[in-house]
Amino acid sequence: MSRDWPLWEVFIRSKGGLSHKHVGSVHAPDPELAVRHARDVYTRRLEGVSIWVARSSDIVASDPAQAGPLFEPAETKVYRHPTFYDIPDVVKHI
Amino acid sequence: MASAPALLREDQALIDYLLRLGDDSLILAQRLAEWCGMAPALETDLSLANIGLDLIGQATLFLNLAGEIEGAGRDGDKLAFHRDVLAFRNCLMVEQPNGDFAQTIARQFLFSTWQLAMFEGLTGSTEPRIAEIAAKAVKEVRYHAEIAAEWVIRLGDGTDQSRERMIEGFDWHWRFVDELFEGDALEQPLVDAGIAVDRAALRQGFDTTVNAVLREATLPLPEYPRGITGGRVGHHSEHLGHLLATMQSVPRTYPDAVW
Repeated sequence: MSRDWPLWEVFIRSKGGLSHKHVGSVHAPDPELAVRHARDVYTRRLEGVSIWVARSSDIVASDPAQAGPLFEPAETKVYRHPTFYDIPDVVKHI
Repeated sequence: MASAPALLREDQALIDYLLRLGDDSLILAQRLAEWCGMAPALETDLSLANIGLDLIGQATLFLNLAGEIEGAGRDGDKLAFHRDVLAFRNCLMVEQPNGDFAQTIARQFLFSTWQLAMFEGLTGSTEPRIAEIAAKAVKEVRYHAEIAAEWVIRLGDGTDQSRERMIEGFDWHWRFVDELFEGDALEQPLVDAGIAVDRAALRQGFDTTVNAVLREATLPLPEYPRGITGGRVGHHSEHLGHLLATMQSVPRTYPDAVW
């Protein structure tokens, strides 16, 4: 049966204030059941407060063969990192 | 049932009521566990197992409470694994064989729709321990009823084969619906005292929900046959004995075994 179902990528928000994070994928016949399947597969141990699903075929990915021109130029730009600032202890997620 | 003769009449009625509630959940959980590793897809396998685990949690709470009130040293495990078939008080629907996925979904939809109404009522029980269990369980059961309804709609309004199987799945179960709404002399004093829910009063809401979902699923509306009853007083179908033989075999073979 699952052979006939499209694949959905699952994103879970673990708690309020954090962003949704990719956790895996499920098969499901439609978006509503994809959310329920994601709930049943990925939130059994209180992992989340919110679920997103998206058709895997709708995800547009970068080309691994293009990794050089895409990412390597950033390697030498250390000044882009905000490491020259002191971050207050109260700021938890940065 | 080997209950202590000193039990008050109202305590005995309460114990029986708790067995009816707990055994419904326990037996259906065992049926759902039979799907584990066998369901049509990994996702549905987990869905059914999750529902089963919720039901085991409910059964544990109801049966532990029954054992506590009985005061004869039996806890939920003892009641689940060391009781014989005639002492079980579950409705006949939950002990029915799984059949195919559609037949399992038909049972889950009918049962969870009824159980949701039942537990919503029990959250207002004047017996606070029952109200507390119902308040915890009602959220679980709402999810069960919703996902089962989603499947009824998809199978009913799906392919010719899924539709045919959904109709056959319901045809197996219609005759067991009336029992869900049947009160009796044992429960009436509990209903009068606000402890138990008046089962008959839940029927109209149930019919409304079932008909609405079947319409959305483009399925024919039910024509209920004459209902079969008896589970509440221990008159079970032949299926329950086989189920218990599997469920109870390990604890009965090794009664003192621990994890």
